[in-house]
Amino acid sequence: MNQHSSQVPSPDPLLKVENLVVQYGVGGKTIHAVSGVSLDVARGETLGLVGESGCGKSTLGRAVLQLRRAVSGRVLFEGRDLMAMQGDSLRKIRQRVQLIFQDPIASLNPRRRIGDIIAEPLVIAGVKDPKKRNELVCEVLSAVGLDPSLVMGRLPHEFSGGQCQRICIARALVLKPDFVICDEPVSALDVSIRAQILNLLEDMKARYGLTLLFIAHDLAVVKAVSDRVAVMYLGRLCEVGPSEQLFARPAHPYTALLIEAIPVPDPDVRPVESVAVGEPPSPMAPPSGCRFRTRCPRADKRCTEEVPELRSIAPDQFVACHHPLIPAA
Amino acid sequence: MTERALLSVENVSVNLPTPRGNLRAVDQVELTIGPGRTLGIVGESGCGKTMLSRAILQLLPRKAKLTGRVLFDGQDLVSLGPERLRKLRGRSLAVVFQDPMTSLNPVLTIGTQLIETLQEHLGLDGVAAKRRSVELLAAVGIPAPEQRLMQYPHQLSGGMRQRVAIAIALSCEPKLLIADEPTTALDVTIQAQILDLLAREQRRRQMAMIIITHDLGVVAGRTDEVAVMYAGRVVERAPTPALFKKMHMPYTEALLAAIPKIDAAPHTTLPAISGRPPDPTRPVQGCSFSPRCRYAAGQCYREKPLLTAAESSGHQYACFHPIQPQAGLPA
Repeated sequence: MNQHSSQVPSPDPLLKVENLVVQYGVGGKTIHAVSGVSLDVARGETLGLVGESGCGKSTLGRAVLQLRRAVSGRVLFEGRDLMAMQGDSLRKIRQRVQLIFQDPIASLNPRRRIGDIIAEPLVIAGVKDPKKRNELVCEVLSAVGLDPSLVMGRLPHEFSGGQCQRICIARALVLKPDFVICDEPVSALDVSIRAQILNLLEDMKARYGLTLLFIAHDLAVVKAVSDRVAVMYLGRLCEVGPSEQLFARPAHPYTALLIEAIPVPDPDVRPVESVAVGEPPSPMAPPSGCRFRTRCPRADKRCTEEVPELRSIAPDQFVACHHPLIPAA
Repeated sequence: MTERALLSVENVSVNLPTPRGNLRAVDQVELTIGPGRTLGIVGESGCGKTMLSRAILQLLPRKAKLTGRVLFDGQDLVSLGPERLRKLRGRSLAVVFQDPMTSLNPVLTIGTQLIETLQEHLGLDGVAAKRRSVELLAAVGIPAPEQRLMQYPHQLSGGMRQRVAIAIALSCEPKLLIADEPTTALDVTIQAQILDLLAREQRRRQMAMIIITHDLGVVAGRTDEVAVMYAGRVVERAPTPALFKKMHMPYTEALLAAIPKIDAAPHTTLPAISGRPPDPTRPVQGCSFSPRCRYAAGQCYREKPLLTAAESSGHQYACFHPIQPQAGLPA
């Protein structure tokens, strides 16, 4: 029933997700948000996770942090199973795994000053010396391009969306984490600001030696920052591969559909008429077999009966499809 | 401008009193659109594009002050009475908003909302209006339209709701459809479907359309002309192919450069625009883009550049230091 990853284990996976299943109960019904996802994130890499709304990508991010407890599966961080952890040990691990949210304004407490907001993780982590805390807050604020002396005493509403996202990034980085989950970090921002924040994330990754899980619905944004990309559809992985390879030679029809649907800012590129068929089915009643089959031009009887397993199709590229667009290597 | 314009916006400014002072949302905008044509209005949030569309529709907040003229089909909408305006809106002037959940009435069925529009504007009887509603829902790609008539907006997905909003907007065969960020709330695959639908219906009906968006990718393949707005003003305006071939305004160029490209290698540094748009209650002296512009020099900080014609026909820009000056060839 579940997909088993045949991925070659990367030499040093910082995070390893195995067969993760997450479900929500809503009014007596079950939402199958994540249905058996396995993936590795190697130390120092950026893994992009793309998919449309409701595909379970944010749930997956939260389940990694144990903010949402999974039904089954394993989440291994440096080989230690986070799902078996509770209380203090989990809190300790969370200092090394941080999260950046989509809406930067909503994720800052409007009544607290920026200096206190960023110092909070330090307080929780037990940095008792206020002078030391102050020093670390100033350091991280400068790193994200904000002037500590102008910013620390002010309240979130005095800042624009882009600046609030810088503050959120500073808060996520103040504990010098190893792993940061970015959940749609630029979706709420304007084009000109989006580029600033993407560049900042890249700078921070280099400066703090971060490993990133970058969740977004915008393929172009994901490609801009990711080493590898995982495509998700209705709770399952469709395809995983190195970003350039995946975009040049998508193997899964859904990946191809996503790529074709991006509007290209060039009037000579005529939009392909109606590349997309229909809408995603409800995660309350996902289709049998391959979950994409109801919208897939290549679907046949086998797709309704048999769940496609994630298998290797090219070096480092894995696809879960009975009729992939490229022949297996 | 050779053909008779369907809509012409003449020197329109919109001022809003706020606790922080006067907010000049739209600043001396001039635009025209001919019958059957598509105009894209592009800009970032707060640039005044939505306020401009509200000014055209005469749907501005009560406190807003509008100056200038909005000529639609030979009538000045600014001086039209509320009853005449209501007749016009929904009939020959229709609109599709960004969020179909808030633009549809949540306590009325889809059918009631469609049938009401048809009865009100076209004077159809109940049976004819219902039949027409089914046809319209089928035309916008909604499966099982008869059953959908009985459903409420919350029972439909976001994409389906936007299709319903489009069906209502198209129901009275409008001459002009204003689509204000029609796909921003939708997923990419659904966005492509909705944009295709709008283009198809527009061709079929010979309807003029204004697409308001922050995404240059959306306007590139789907408009005849583009107006780029910044801080309430139109800063560049051109036929779409001419604009993408030769941008004159540094802001347009920077905006396009800042979009991550699907064919660029991963980890390419994006040419970001430094700073952020000016506070609309604190007008900038000189060109409003000058604090962020890498070409800005003396004059830019003192004087506001006016929209001037480039050499290629129909191309206008507001800049003292345009990119590739005088190099335009007629398209």
